[in-house]
Amino acid sequence: MEKILVLTHLDETGSALSRASLEAVTAGLELATRLGAPLGIGFVGSDAAIANSLAATGARLLAVSGEAFAQPRYATDAAACEALCRAADATIVLVPAGARFSRVAAGVAYRLGGVVDTHITALGGTEKLEATRWFYRQRVEAVISRSARPWVIVLDAGTHAAYVGAPGNANVEQVAVELPATRTTVSGIRAPKQDEQTIRPDARMLFVAGAGWTKKQPDGQIHVDDAAKLILGFLRATNASLGSSKSLVDQGGEGQSVLPFLTHMNQIGQTGATPRHAKGLSTCCHGEEPHVVGWRFIGERRAISLDPNCGWTRGKADVVYVADAFAVIAKLNEMLSTKG
Amino acid sequence: MPSQLHIVVCAGIVPDPLQTLEPITTPSGPGLKNEMVLPAVLDPWAACALYEAAHLAAKNPGSKLWLVSLGPKAKLQQVMMTVAQKVAFELVPIDGPIGGFPDAHATAAAIASTIEAIPGVDRSKLLIFGGWESATRGACVTLQIVGERLGITEQFQGVDQIDMRDDGSFEVLERIEGGRHQVSVCSSAPAVLGWATGNLAEPRNNPQIGMANMRSMMPALQKAKAATLDTNGLSYVSVSLPKQQRTTRVVKDMTPDQIAAELVEWIGAE
Repeated sequence: MEKILVLTHLDETGSALSRASLEAVTAGLELATRLGAPLGIGFVGSDAAIANSLAATGARLLAVSGEAFAQPRYATDAAACEALCRAADATIVLVPAGARFSRVAAGVAYRLGGVVDTHITALGGTEKLEATRWFYRQRVEAVISRSARPWVIVLDAGTHAAYVGAPGNANVEQVAVELPATRTTVSGIRAPKQDEQTIRPDARMLFVAGAGWTKKQPDGQIHVDDAAKLILGFLRATNASLGSSKSLVDQGGEGQSVLPFLTHMNQIGQTGATPRHAKGLSTCCHGEEPHVVGWRFIGERRAISLDPNCGWTRGKADVVYVADAFAVIAKLNEMLSTKG
Repeated sequence: MPSQLHIVVCAGIVPDPLQTLEPITTPSGPGLKNEMVLPAVLDPWAACALYEAAHLAAKNPGSKLWLVSLGPKAKLQQVMMTVAQKVAFELVPIDGPIGGFPDAHATAAAIASTIEAIPGVDRSKLLIFGGWESATRGACVTLQIVGERLGITEQFQGVDQIDMRDDGSFEVLERIEGGRHQVSVCSSAPAVLGWATGNLAEPRNNPQIGMANMRSMMPALQKAKAATLDTNGLSYVSVSLPKQQRTTRVVKDMTPDQIAAELVEWIGAE
């Protein structure tokens, strides 16, 4: 019989589980019910109050605590996850995706003598567990299965609802971990200033800026400053997250005019992110990357483009407005600011 | 005083991103139609790792740079004709299957044993670079397991920057959620760094570097050891292209004001 363990960690406030962890708990509950398997939940760096919030799951709760496990770091996180998996004797380990656990999941699977698969978007199967994931940067979809155990499955964020349950009194088993030797010290987080923050994973909307914003306009001139003001104005009015095509980001390295707030971190597509947002609006984009790869997990999609024949928006976007994005976004910002 | 580093970059080859991909079933499992004739490039994130490694090696005189790459020999040779003109390195090829469908654990095992066998690699100076994910599997698995197999537990993923210090320690910036970086300091090598894009532009082709690289590259390709990759119990239930095709409404006759009004309504709708 399978034994399922869900690994979880705290969010940055240190007072609640990360959203991805709560989504993994939901996936664990669903899978345990389907397979008729016992469920365990493991906490890395948690306390009793957090465990109490999962009391209603009825799962076996295990925790690794201590100052060393408060910071995300390969050596300590891998040791903690390994210890939790061994204590639970798990055959299937569900892991929430995110920088912290994605950094260690494969290493943990190797230490357990098991296997790992990442970026899993769905769990299915009737007689055996099957997992869905994408290959070739979201261009080919496959359903896989594994006979080897333990099987560590890293679930993509946004694929399950976050667990919500009534708090209770949980009985948490503390798992001892021998502190591994480490040469790494985490010294902090480097973030853009609040008003320069253009990447917002929790935003409802993704705004995609293409290279057209920095090209010559009908008057024969380039209007990068105007483009920057319009884009930032839209982001402030809507709290949208900003994505960009590779070509626009790369222009900076080629000495061309660039939007000052864009970095490789904004890049979506082949060598960028494939974010999940309810809505997406692409502007001045004329390539496959943002429309096929970068938009894979965007719900409703609209585009503003001067090219009525852009083959990449056809069949990928719900609506394409053939118009000048400068004029449309200027008017849009005006209307949004009036609307408040 | 700069540190002398031994940097091993692990990089696969992938179909050119502009190619149309069509999955098919082959005797050895899933594959891509015409995979061997599709134009290939060095894996994009791993290529960033290579450029960062070359930059780091140049800043630390006496450093050495190897490129370990697994793929069919003929395909490797084709891709290396271009890559060799970018930066100076010593190629360590492994003759193996192409594509994203072979198991990552087996790939990691082949790469780890190859790195162990590279003559002259000093573990106390060793930095293992690669892309944090590939453009084929995109799994963030191979490098971690390579590190574990080599007993290296200082690992970083989604790296955008490394700054070496005079005492041999180095600061690493790793991508985390929300467009931010986690800053860590590692006191010394060895370490594994899975790179995101980094900060360097792609170097221009330099035929002189290409000529120098090719002198050692061709013999290395001829001597490349063959690797057979185990499936580790991995089976594919289905492999397909996404079928979702949207009915696109192309709007050509609306003024900017009308479009903006429609978008305001759309943005506000739940």
